[in-house]
Amino acid sequence: MRLQLSPELEAFREEMRTFFTTQVPQEIRDTVAAHRHVSKEQYVEAQRALNAAGLCAPHWPVEWGGKDWTPLQRHIWREEMQLANVPEPLAFNTSMIGPVIAAFGNQEQKERFLAKTANLDIWWCQGFSEPDAGSDLASLRTTAVRDGDDWIVNGQKTWTTLGQHADWIFCLVRTDPTAEKKQRGISLLVFPMDTPGVTLRPIELIDGGFEVNEVFFEDVRVPAENLIGEENRGWDYAKFLLGNERVGIARIGTTKRLLAQAKEHAQEVTEGGRPLLENPRMAARIAELENELVALELTALRVVANSADGKPHPASSVLKLRGSELQQAAMELLVDLAGPLSVSSFAEEGSDVPDWARVATPSYLNYRKVSIYGGSNEVQRTIIAGTILGL
Amino acid sequence: MDFTFDSEQSDLREAVRGLLERAYADSEVRRKVVANDPGFDEKTWSRLAEMGLLGLPFAEEHGGMGAGPIEVAIVAEEIGRVLAPEPFIEAVVLAGGLIAAVGTDEQKGELLAALAEGGVIPAFAHAEPGNRWTPSASAVTATQAGDGWTLTGAKEPVLNGARADVLVVSAAIDGGTGLFLVQGDAAGLTRTGYRTHDGGRAANVRFDGTPAVALGAGGDQTAAIEQGLASARIAYGHESIGAMDTALRTTAEYLKTRKQFGVTLNRFQALTFRAADMYVSLELARSTALWASMVQDAGGDVVSAADRARLQTSRAGRHIGKEAIQLHGGIGVTAEYKVGHYTSRLTAIDHLLGDGDWAADRLAAEVAAHETVDPLGAPYAPGGGVA
Repeated sequence: MRLQLSPELEAFREEMRTFFTTQVPQEIRDTVAAHRHVSKEQYVEAQRALNAAGLCAPHWPVEWGGKDWTPLQRHIWREEMQLANVPEPLAFNTSMIGPVIAAFGNQEQKERFLAKTANLDIWWCQGFSEPDAGSDLASLRTTAVRDGDDWIVNGQKTWTTLGQHADWIFCLVRTDPTAEKKQRGISLLVFPMDTPGVTLRPIELIDGGFEVNEVFFEDVRVPAENLIGEENRGWDYAKFLLGNERVGIARIGTTKRLLAQAKEHAQEVTEGGRPLLENPRMAARIAELENELVALELTALRVVANSADGKPHPASSVLKLRGSELQQAAMELLVDLAGPLSVSSFAEEGSDVPDWARVATPSYLNYRKVSIYGGSNEVQRTIIAGTILGL
Repeated sequence: MDFTFDSEQSDLREAVRGLLERAYADSEVRRKVVANDPGFDEKTWSRLAEMGLLGLPFAEEHGGMGAGPIEVAIVAEEIGRVLAPEPFIEAVVLAGGLIAAVGTDEQKGELLAALAEGGVIPAFAHAEPGNRWTPSASAVTATQAGDGWTLTGAKEPVLNGARADVLVVSAAIDGGTGLFLVQGDAAGLTRTGYRTHDGGRAANVRFDGTPAVALGAGGDQTAAIEQGLASARIAYGHESIGAMDTALRTTAEYLKTRKQFGVTLNRFQALTFRAADMYVSLELARSTALWASMVQDAGGDVVSAADRARLQTSRAGRHIGKEAIQLHGGIGVTAEYKVGHYTSRLTAIDHLLGDGDWAADRLAAEVAAHETVDPLGAPYAPGGGVA
């Protein structure tokens, strides 16, 4: 048991901090810090800056640009990135399809996709959820039927995040409708979004933004070589991928940043002539959130240090569950600090409402998603009750 | 940064667990033991002494083992796991810790060695009705009398106050709070012991011109008391982790075996989800308690770390204690079944040295002083970067 980081890890942390705060354009980091809309160009520019330094996908195999880092190093990398307000490498690329292709794709696919995926030359989107297959993903109905050297895809996906920017989609499709278990008849196909028969419909969210989409497939012809891994093994790859999705989903650095901003605003906003931060109830609320976050960060450190054998520590589910709750609590705090100014979401020039107060409520409403995606918190409770407590 | 126990620490845990499980694996045994004074088993106390645990944190020159906060944490957690009623934290960590921190070499040589051997049990007489969770004293005053001192006033509740062989007493002096030693058979000392709800013992202790000697060099010891209380808060945090762990495991086992409506209770998601939430509370509290001990080990700000651990373990203890009973149903409220005793103990721990709201208020008073909290940085890790 030892509190301090080793001198090597201290140096590593410093190196990460220096890189993120000096090598990623300030204007992009300011956009993230202000919770403003991050454009496609900004995502691409930030990810390429990381990729040029080999800091884009450290968890990938070394031969495809990964780093032979310990879980603790990866944790530090991610936390420092979030603390510096750097947009994280696109999860669909680096956490999801990249590792799947690296692990299950053939050599040709690796050479064709991995470098471009890391550099965001290809922007990937995820074709998993369907209108009738959310938490119960295995009941998906989009089909792919073999026709000569092609698959013909028909059906519909939904919640496709940033699909409007995407060049390619990785898509779970039913290739064997007769399989005894519904998990057995699923395959993973990849294809360009501009393939004839693919149409996209944006879904407006309650924050007024367009982040997710419905994607429709009508007789979409996909070459057989675009099947990743083996036919009807797609469910295994999906589980592998979703396991990666949960890594780092606690977003502790991000919440830390939000709480620091909240304290700043709590000094500016006054009530009865006194800064809100001097209100004992408000100060205690922030103190409790900071303490919850310390507990979560320490749990993350404990979990990463103990999952060296490659298997996730059982407490990993705690990270997603509590991490999402704390992100939401921090967003809620910002709305409460904004008070009546929080309604001025779409104020433009001529308004005196500060930017942070304008974006507070849309961000809060948008962040209701974090306890739903990546395996809803109810799914996490099911995992804890089942696999950890044996219930 | 390393959250793993070394092999000696794992061996220590195994040995302590073995000893305490032999004593209290059957919760009926504990029930019988706590029914009679002094509220714990003197034989088990002797075995703890033989294993070296009663001198665990003290220097070898004073008859101790020279171990650190991590070892103390391990013992405390194992005590909590079976609700062992022996006053390890009260006598060794708190009263003994104050003697070790403040006492003269002579006092340390005499008292700590006797404590380590199991011959002398000290108790810290500090709490005063109407004045809670402060490091200072006001209801007992100390007056210089020749070479020594006399104490006047009352302390309550003093844990193990009736059984203790020697009392470490906090008392108001000119310019602060001093610490004093009072022998159990001192003149003008009246001790009235009683049972506490969790099976322990406490006492009303009255001083009426009672002779006392200063602990250490005398003078204001408020800072030392604050440090001593912080160490005990952290140790109680570990005891509560052990207790919560058993409460959760017992509850999970019950859900798997108890049948209603023709099926075992774990078929009801309304119950299993609540058990999952108990696990979340436990693991977050465990991380924080372990961290606080590491801060102590590293020489960081132990008072602040203890407040953080107190807040987290308080919230978790209440959550798990209450849910453990509710998920059991009526049997959880009976004294014949063990789980309710865990809730009772968790409730006692929560109120002895400061509850969660109290800790939150202390942290709130500092909330503007930092931008973010870095548990691996200042003020918790002095120097940083030390391997």
